[in-house]
This record gives sequence, C-alpha cells and structure tokens, in this order.
Amino acid sequence: MSEVHTTDVAIIGAGPIGLFSVFQCGMLKMSCHVIDALPATGGQCTALYPEKPLFDIPAAPGINAVDLIERLEKQIEPFKPVIHLNQQVTELEKIDEHWYLSTSSGLKIQAKAVIIAAGTGAFGPNKPPLDSIEQFEGNSVHYMVQKREDFRGQRIVIAGGGDSAVDWALSLADVAAEVYVIHRRDRFRAIPESVAQMKALADEGKIELVIPYQLASLEGEGDKLKTVVVKTLDGDERRIEADHLLSFFGLATKLGPINDWGLDILNGVIKVEPSTCATNIEGIFAVGDIADYPHKLKLILSGFSEAAQAAHAAYLIVNPGQALNFEHSTTSGVPTL
Amino acid sequence: MTTLTFIKPDGEKTTVEATNGATVMEVAKENDMPMLAACGGSLACATCHVIVDEAWYEKSGEVCEAEEDLLDTAHGLTNTSRLCCQMKVSDDVDGMVMTLPPMG
Repeated sequence: MSEVHTTDVAIIGAGPIGLFSVFQCGMLKMSCHVIDALPATGGQCTALYPEKPLFDIPAAPGINAVDLIERLEKQIEPFKPVIHLNQQVTELEKIDEHWYLSTSSGLKIQAKAVIIAAGTGAFGPNKPPLDSIEQFEGNSVHYMVQKREDFRGQRIVIAGGGDSAVDWALSLADVAAEVYVIHRRDRFRAIPESVAQMKALADEGKIELVIPYQLASLEGEGDKLKTVVVKTLDGDERRIEADHLLSFFGLATKLGPINDWGLDILNGVIKVEPSTCATNIEGIFAVGDIADYPHKLKLILSGFSEAAQAAHAAYLIVNPGQALNFEHSTTSGVPTL
Repeated sequence: MTTLTFIKPDGEKTTVEATNGATVMEVAKENDMPMLAACGGSLACATCHVIVDEAWYEKSGEVCEAEEDLLDTAHGLTNTSRLCCQMKVSDDVDGMVMTLPPMG
C-alpha cells in the first residue's frame, strides 16, 4: 500500500522560493521532498505570468518567469530533490520527533522539518461562489474537459470569457445538442479568429451567446444539473435548461488545509520571525509570499534570502547537537547528497 | 489626509487614513482588510475586487482594458466593480466607500 517517503525537509510549494529552498537545504546536506498542487513546477511564475520578464532578479536582467524556473531547477539538480506534483498537502501532523505529511493523492512523507513556500496557496479552478456548485461537481459541473465525446448530444452551458470558453464553444458546437456561452460583456479574451468563428456559429444558430449575463444559481437533483439561472447586472433573469456547466474562470489560489495546522495566520499570510523564518510551531518554517513580518517585501528576491535563513535554522532541528559550519559556496563547492 | 471607508463582507465599516499616491489596494492591505491581492498589484489576478459605492464610481478613475479582462474572472460583479490595485488615492476620492466581497 502507501509507502512512507522519508526526508530531512519537506517543502510545500514548488514555486521559485520552494525550489531555491531545496538549494539552500542541499548546501547544508539536507535532503528534500517538494509537493505542489500544480502539474508543473514554478508556482505563480508558471501559472500566472510565464512569458513576462522579471527585471529585479540579481544578475539576471529581464529574465522570463519560465526561464527563471528552468535555471532554478538546474541549480538544484545536484541535490536530487523528489518533486511530487499535482497534489496538495492535506494533512500535517507531528508524531514523536517527526512530521508526517499526507497529500490529496495519498502520498505520505516523513520529515524532520517543514518549509512552507506556498505563495498565496494551492492553485485550483477559480470556482464561481454558487451555493450548490459542489453538489454537482464530478457529474454536471466541470472545470476542465477531458473528452469531448462525453458531451455528445448534451445541453451545455459554458461560463467565462477567455480562451477556454471560446475554444470549447467551438469544439462542442458539433457534438453537443445545445451550447450556450454565458459572459458578462461582448468582448472575449481570446484569439480574435476564434472569437470571430464563435460569433459566426452564433449567427448560424449553432450556439447561443448569452450576453451580458452572469451565473446566478444552479438547480437540479443530486449531482444532476437541470437549470442554470443567469442574471444581468440590472436583475433580468434567464433560466437555461442544461445537462452540464463548464466553468472557465481561470485559476485561483486557496490556503485550504494550511489554515488548520495551528499556524499564526492573518489574511492568508503566516507570521514568522524574520531572522529564521520560524513560524509559531517549532520545526515549521515559512518563506516567500506566504511568510509575513513587519515591512515584508513580497519579492522573489526576499524569498531567496528567506530560504537561506530558514535552511540554516532548520539545520539545527534536522541535525540536533551538530555544529553548523558556515561556509561560502566558493569554499564548500556544491556538496553531493 | 484622505480617508477611505471599507465595508467588510460581514458588514463592519472601517474608515482609514490614506496617503495620496498610494493604491487603494496598498491601503487595504496596510489596514489588514480581508483581501488576498495575490499578485501584489501586477494586474495578474482579480483578488483585490471591490465594489465601489455608486456615488463614488465616476471618481474612481478610468478602467483600462487589462482591468476589464481580469474582472471577467471575478465573481459577483456589479456595475461599479473595480480592482482596487488600479485605483490611486487622491483628494478626488476623499471619503470614498467600498464594499469588499467575500474572500472565497
């Protein structure tokens, strides 16, 4: 069944600061496992602004976010970190001297110290705040589409105004019985040719653009959707009979289970002692955007420094009673693990 | 000194002092308002969405296309929805009232 991985340090979050924490721990000969909810490393750099250049990374002027992540991955390669993607840490508990982390995929990790580098939380679909939406998830409400064929002959409501909404409206127009696109305004954030195609399909009556409407509520029985209720800003209501809702509002982050671990959290950030990045719980450190202290600057630059502070403080917990020789990398080189 | 009033999702009203030139998002964060403002004002998310009191909306400034695009991903939009990282504090908005939607 589920084996338990053992490591010196478990790092929650594989964004730039989580990755650089691997480096700082590695320089002190501590092994690391890293967990991230996204299917790729990079956190916000990958999910929100991959092609945007960063200008404030020392000695890397105008580096693209994805390139920064690629370089960080190369930098930590010698330390052979084990990176577990596509899963969220759901539980963290201390038994005797060890921390045990469980993930949404059933993975278990035993660690001597934990570094939380979770940014603003785990990325997931940006769900519309409709009361009953969770009741329909898994059957009638979808945040991504795996197989187009699943929707053959079905009545589909697509909500959103970006690429996903437009692309799936085009793709499903041929197979679905009915396709409705709900959007709050006439402009779509998508490739102009695709938008033009979608509008042409609407003119032909193959799909219907329901504009300017927003989702208001969902009705149905059990996990089977029956009606999507939409409203204009002026309160005009329309009821659309439908079998499925495809909700495409991009990604959003949630702290989720981190809130339940007894950490000192206010408005989504964890209070730390800046000289060590120690949280209020011994053995748990927080670095990067999620770590807060007076005059905190939410910069990747600050996060890199926090990773170093946390690694040095974690060393004393991972290696109790052992001396920590402070060395520059020019002296130590890159140790092998 | 300019003042701004935030109405929290639970209805509690807080009036705070703000320095001209700051963004409304910065003022909200400084005063520990329940707001994520995940991207830190770089126009990459919609987690600083506020609903500006109708009387103040005209004075809250122009809404650029990039802000409109991101508002597409906010929920519970109104005719006076703004991303408050795009609003600057000035004498023009002295006394402005905004409602914060639930953090989700």
